[in-house]
Order: sequence, then C-alpha cells, then structure tokens
Amino acid sequence: MSTHRLRTIASVAVVLLVFWSGCSRKSDSAKTTVQIKGSDTMVNLSQAWAEEFMKKNPGTSIAVTGGGSGNGITSLISSTCDIAEVSREMKESEIALARQRGVEPKKVVVALDGLAVVVHPSNPLSQLTISQLADIYTGKVTNWKQVGGHDAKIVLLSREVNSGTHVYFKEHVLRHGKADAKDEFSPQALLLPSSQAIVDEASQNPDAIGYFGMGYITQHLKVIKVAIDETSPFYAPSIALIQNNTYPISRPLIMYTKGEAVGLTKAFVEYVLSPEGQQVVRRLDFVPIL
Amino acid sequence: MTVRKLREWCIERVIFMSGITSIVIVVLIFLFLLKEGLAVLGHVGIFQFLFGGNWYPISDPPQFGAFPLIIGSVLVTLGAAAISVPIGVASALYIAEIAPKRTKEILKAGIELLAAIPSVVIGFIGMVTLGPAIKSVFGLSTGLTALTGSITLAFMAMPTIVSIAEDAITAVPRQYREAAAAMGATTWQTTWRIVAYAARPGMLAAVMLGIGRVIGETMAVMMVTGNAAQIPHSILQPVRTLTATIAAEMGETVQGGDHYAALFAIGIVLFVITFAINGVAELYLHRTTKR
Repeated sequence: MSTHRLRTIASVAVVLLVFWSGCSRKSDSAKTTVQIKGSDTMVNLSQAWAEEFMKKNPGTSIAVTGGGSGNGITSLISSTCDIAEVSREMKESEIALARQRGVEPKKVVVALDGLAVVVHPSNPLSQLTISQLADIYTGKVTNWKQVGGHDAKIVLLSREVNSGTHVYFKEHVLRHGKADAKDEFSPQALLLPSSQAIVDEASQNPDAIGYFGMGYITQHLKVIKVAIDETSPFYAPSIALIQNNTYPISRPLIMYTKGEAVGLTKAFVEYVLSPEGQQVVRRLDFVPIL
Repeated sequence: MTVRKLREWCIERVIFMSGITSIVIVVLIFLFLLKEGLAVLGHVGIFQFLFGGNWYPISDPPQFGAFPLIIGSVLVTLGAAAISVPIGVASALYIAEIAPKRTKEILKAGIELLAAIPSVVIGFIGMVTLGPAIKSVFGLSTGLTALTGSITLAFMAMPTIVSIAEDAITAVPRQYREAAAAMGATTWQTTWRIVAYAARPGMLAAVMLGIGRVIGETMAVMMVTGNAAQIPHSILQPVRTLTATIAAEMGETVQGGDHYAALFAIGIVLFVITFAINGVAELYLHRTTKR
C-alpha cells in the first residue's frame, strides 16, 4: 500500500517537473538551451563547439542534430530550432518562405570547407579538371580509361539529395556555377546516406570516386588534385589554399539565426567566431575563417 | 434489469468502437495521403509520375518520375521473397513436424531473436559484410545492389514467415496425421501432402505478411541498395526503393511544396501495393476455406 502511494506521488512529481520545465523554456532571453539543426558536414564541428561551450558555461545546454542543410532550414522556418547550420546559402524561395512565416534569417559565416574528391589508393589517377569531374558525375564519361586511368567502369558515390554537399557539388561542379544549367547527377550514381558511408565504400572499392568535406579524409583514401581547367594548376585541398580561395571547390559553412541572435544563442555564435572557437575548427580539419 | 441492459449496451458500444478504431485510422491515413499526395498531379500527370524515368526532385524544374523507384521496390521485394519463402516454409515444417522437442525450443527462440534485431543493425552488417562479398563473388563494380537488399531483407522477413507458418501447421488437426498414418503414409508424405496442404491458407498469410514487412522496410534497404534512381536491368545493379526515397528526402522538403506532395504520392503508391498484396491473399484464403 505504502509503495503504491509512493509510486503515485513520484509519478505526479515527474509529471509536474516535466510540465514546469516545459513552461520555463518559454522566455527567450533567459533560455538555457540552444537547439542547433542542419548540415551533416557540420555536425561533428558543432558538437565540439557545443561541448567546449558547455564546459565553459555550466548550466547551459546546446543540442546539436544533423539531418542535412535542408532539414536545418526547414526547422528554422518552422521555428523548431534556434540555429540552422547549412553548407550552402539559403535559396531565394526559402528566404521568402521564412519571411512569410515571420522569420528573418540572419547569416553568419563560421568556417570554411574544401570538398575533397577521393578515389581508392590503388587508382593510378592523381588529378582531374572540374569539367572532367562534371563529365564523370553526369555520366558522359563512364570508364576510368577515358580520363587517363585504368580500364574499369567508374562507380559514382554521392550524398543524398538532402545534403548541402550534394547541392553544392551539383551547382559548382556539374553545372560550373551557371544558374541556368540543367546538368544532373547520372542516375547510376549511388546516393549514400552519410559522408562516412562514402569513406567506407571508396576505401574498399578500387573503381569508386567520391566527394565530401575535407574533414573526412583518411589515409585509406587517395585525394585527387583538382583544377578549374587544363591550363590552370592542379591543387589538393589544404587550409591555406582554401583561405585564399585558390582551391576550386571550397565553400563557406554558415549559421542562420532567427533575426539578430539574442541571449544564449548570441553568446554561442560569438564563442564560435572567437579565436578559441576557430581553434576547434582547425582541430576538426575544417578551415578557420580569416 | 434496465440498469443491467444499459450496462450491456454501453459495453457493447465500447467494444464496437475499439473494433472499428483500426479501420477508422486506416481510412484517415489513406484520406490524408490522398489529400497531400494528389497535389503532385498539378505538377506532373499521373502517367508521367508512374512511368517517368527521371527522379530529380530538387532540380529546377523538378522531375518526378517514380518508375525507377517502383521497379526498385518490386525487384528487391521479389528477390527477398524468392529467398525467404522457401527457406521460411521449410524451416516452419521442420520446426512443427520433424524437430525433436529440445531442438524445436532452441530454434523457435533463435528465430524470435532474429526478429528482435533492429533493422539498422541488420543494414549495417549487410553493408560491411554482404556488400563486399557480393561484389567479389559476382565481379561487380559495387556491392551495393538490389540482390544485397534482397538477402538482407530476406533475413528480416524470415521470422514473420516462420512463426506464422509454424502456427498454421501446428493448428492442423491431429486426426489428419493419424488418418494419414493409418493409410500407410510415410512421415514425409504426411508432412508434405496432408499437413502442408491443409495449412496452405495460413502459410499463404505468413508469406504475405512477410512480403508486407519487406516492401515497407526502410532503414536496412537504404543502407545496402546504393539508392541510385535508375531503372535496373538486373538484380546485380543498385536500385532506389520507394521507402528509402521517402526517408532520405523527407527532411529536405518544405511542407506543402511539390517535393513534399511527390513523397506523399509515393506513399500512396506504397499503400496501393500493400493493399493489393493483402487483397490477393484475402481472396485466395476465402477460396480455399470455402472448398
């Protein structure tokens, strides 16, 4: 009987607690949690930022979830997160939709990223131009022989369509940055659910080619040098070359907040941009902003 | 007396409501799917949606041709059925009819354990072990193929098929077996010609439920089939299934947009397919029981 009553009291207490904590989240400036959603490329980076930040500011909580850049933007628009992380700029249509819902997205560049093009270490090829890459990924070139490699069918590895990396690669490599271009990924391209899945497949498949943020490079992969065209020099991605915009396929990593950031969100963004925050960027093999 | 009647009436109503809840929910889900999904028809024709060969949902303008996805799902499902049905039925026959009590208990526990493995774990194992194996056995350029998906899913359908088929076989009246033995039939003759024959409706239901599980499975299939939206020419090519497409792309869509509607339309296609499978099973069940 007494255990029964105890259990009842306990469960009522739990319910009240949940209710109370739900209420206490309401006010924006006194918030102790920040929800971050978006780019899978940035998940590990943000997790590291969040851990450091929470260590320095006990009692605060920064929750990071991935799901892709598109996911982050959708969440920002529907106000289910405080910061959307994206590895591409928001589209006009997305900004318009956000304004329609009363959200004014504010953009902050927090780090830089170079896209690495990788193949299996046994692949004799060491460099490709952007046009060759485009031909490979659109399916115009299907054999390694056609770009000076071994005689084997090329296995294309790409991220899923919800990935900012996928969208960036399509716009800047397949379509050469032209807004009116209609080039698409070959339907034969394998769309893998994560960058790690591309690392796994490319490191065990001698005929595969893949791309991802340079933070994912491991020694089981060979990095291909990339040039804008045949006449320009070929570069492998490196921090210096990305900071001075020499490496042809690099991009900013961005945080969008709902309007001007306030309270804890503001403190977090300031930390990210501080020398300390940028040290974390370097540690995780991304490129700090200048 | 009237109080008792009232009570009876109330209880009856409550039970009736509980009874129709699932039907109401199914109807509501279907209406919701229709409402959200049919909006895509403003963007592409129904023929183009079902038989179009290009799936480029985030391009401008987007192309919503779901044919490669439908073929992908059908191919993976047929492959999985071809593997899991014979093994599943044989294993149910063995467990119900032949195995000694001890073995039977161990086998049943093992099969239930197989059902308890989360699909993401099976998918992960399939990705790192089965994929490379298939690549080297068939000399392919990649191991992420429809066949890899079929084998992975066959393992997930097996527990459903085995346990339901085994129940159906056990439910065959003992007199049938005794009569068969009296006629001088061997154990195998009894098992195959009498017991399996009598348990056919239940075994068909088992197979259909297994196939239903396969066609609706998402996570494992997304990890092992490569997700390339092409029309496959053989089972050794990468495919993209309906379910994987919904799961992979739902996060990207804006509510009410074309892409969102297209994914719901895929949901309708899936719903129609599973409805058809169940319908066929139902028809067949009635035909055999009437006889």
